[in-house]
Amino acid sequence: MTALAALENADMTTDRIAVRRRSVSRPLLYGALVLCALLTMLPFVWVISGSLRSLDEIRSDPGAWVPQHLTFDNFERLFTTEGFGRFLVNSVVVAVMVVAGNIVAASAAGYALAKLDFAGRRIAFAAVMGAMMMPLTSVFVTQFVITVDLGLADTLTGVALPSVALPLSVFIMRQYAMSIPDELLEAARIDGAGEFRIFFGIFLPLAGPAVATITIMSFLSSWNNFLWPLIVAQSMSSYTLPVGLAATSQATAHVTDYGLLLAGAIVVMLPVLVLFLFLQRYFVQGVAGTGMR
Amino acid sequence: MTVTVLQKAPRRTRRPRGARRTAVGWLFLAPFTVVFLVYTAIPTVAALGFSLTDLRGADLRHPFAVDFTGLDNYLRLFQDQSFLRDILNTAVFVAVGVPLTMGIGLALALALNSGIRRLRGVFRTVFFAPVVTNVVAVALIWQYAFNAGGTVNKTLGAVGFAGPNWLDDPNLTMPVVILLGVWRNFGIAMVLFLAGLQAIPQNVYEAASLDGAGRWRQLRHITLPLLRPTTLMVSVLLTVFYLQVFDEPYLLTNGGPLGSTESVALYTYHQFGAGEFGMSSAASFVTLVLVMLVSAVQFRLLRPRT
Repeated sequence: MTALAALENADMTTDRIAVRRRSVSRPLLYGALVLCALLTMLPFVWVISGSLRSLDEIRSDPGAWVPQHLTFDNFERLFTTEGFGRFLVNSVVVAVMVVAGNIVAASAAGYALAKLDFAGRRIAFAAVMGAMMMPLTSVFVTQFVITVDLGLADTLTGVALPSVALPLSVFIMRQYAMSIPDELLEAARIDGAGEFRIFFGIFLPLAGPAVATITIMSFLSSWNNFLWPLIVAQSMSSYTLPVGLAATSQATAHVTDYGLLLAGAIVVMLPVLVLFLFLQRYFVQGVAGTGMR
Repeated sequence: MTVTVLQKAPRRTRRPRGARRTAVGWLFLAPFTVVFLVYTAIPTVAALGFSLTDLRGADLRHPFAVDFTGLDNYLRLFQDQSFLRDILNTAVFVAVGVPLTMGIGLALALALNSGIRRLRGVFRTVFFAPVVTNVVAVALIWQYAFNAGGTVNKTLGAVGFAGPNWLDDPNLTMPVVILLGVWRNFGIAMVLFLAGLQAIPQNVYEAASLDGAGRWRQLRHITLPLLRPTTLMVSVLLTVFYLQVFDEPYLLTNGGPLGSTESVALYTYHQFGAGEFGMSSAASFVTLVLVMLVSAVQFRLLRPRT
């Protein structure tokens, strides 16, 4: 808030303003924010602490805040006996397919919607907007029937395919392409460059920021997707991490093996949280620019 | 569901739209269009068709055993007490979850936008982090913390309260499920409100200060009115989110106990699981109509006034 700083250094009249602007006491505000931050962090504290406790310890005292003896046994069991290695690989494979598909499909579609003039463009854009609003819960039954018909039930391709051209990605690329001046493309057109040369040679090299946002957003949606992989993946060989974790939770319900499940929760959450810490700007831009996750 | 104010494509100088231009345009659009047709357009039409039949999971191999049953599924749906209960549950989720998510998001956005500098980035990171978490993982954390002997009750016990059995009491499950939804979504509301707040020009506040308006009056008479488009958009966005709520109740309680947390989407899923594809499609269409109604309202309200 540079405006505030400027005000505070100004003359008497504005001094009064500065005082007014500070009428909410600073320590109180910080106190409240710190409290909210601690409450927000609680689930992270619980998951870390719980994942490091042994089954016996959780049984004898389920509600303890801190482990008495640290153990990494839960993480080891995930990968040795619960098949999380496979789920992890599956999640990565699906995410790679989804991200690659989105970069290709959305770059091309977003560019065409913003920069090419052709019959049917308005209809195509309406389709993008409509698809963005379509609730998955309304179409999953028929999507599943189609997936079965295509012979893709219980395959990773079947899990990834509906997400390889997310309307959200097209929308992000279209909005970005709108900000690139037409003159740049016109000049190349006058020089006789074809539409594909213009797209690959001029537009794509400029589209880095949008590609980055699309990569992050489609990765996030693929990694955290639950309902669709739950429906398509029917055997452990095609479970993604969230589905595998939910299945493990159901399979161990009779023993309530929380340590194991919380270790699984960490494995599921950690990659995205680490990415988020480093690339926060893109996550926030992606969500703030579209209101979607 | 998108919320950005739409930029209109600039009208270019009229130029003949030759067949070649059209072909090139659609070639660029081809990958998106194919996926859109196969996974959005056709399923939507087909879902409407399915909802008018007695299609069952077992019929997938015997398509000719399926009968057209007209509006039977819809009639059955609205006579099904559990479906009506689920509509009510979903309405409660929206009616409580939306204001709560927005209130927290707005309060935090105001706090972070009040001129503080120290730790501002840290706070924003912390408050946004739940948005990128995985719902399956978080639901397990919730079960761990809210089970009868869990951390929450142990802590309540330490200060003299006997904690209830959060996930087994039909009166308490809904609040716990809503809390999970709110925790994962308030960060979205916060960043949208922050963006809205930052779009308000500073000099409006300076003028108000000179006129002697205090903080509270500035908030009531400047900030909130100028934030109205953002407020509207966030409310519609969250309403559409929560109308489709599935993950949270499915994972935390699977709709129980006694159906106290079953949402419409979860009903759809349970019908699907029971092989009742026709009923499931009819229920999903009810969600679709609700979402479309809310979206239509959104487009009406958000259309820039000219």
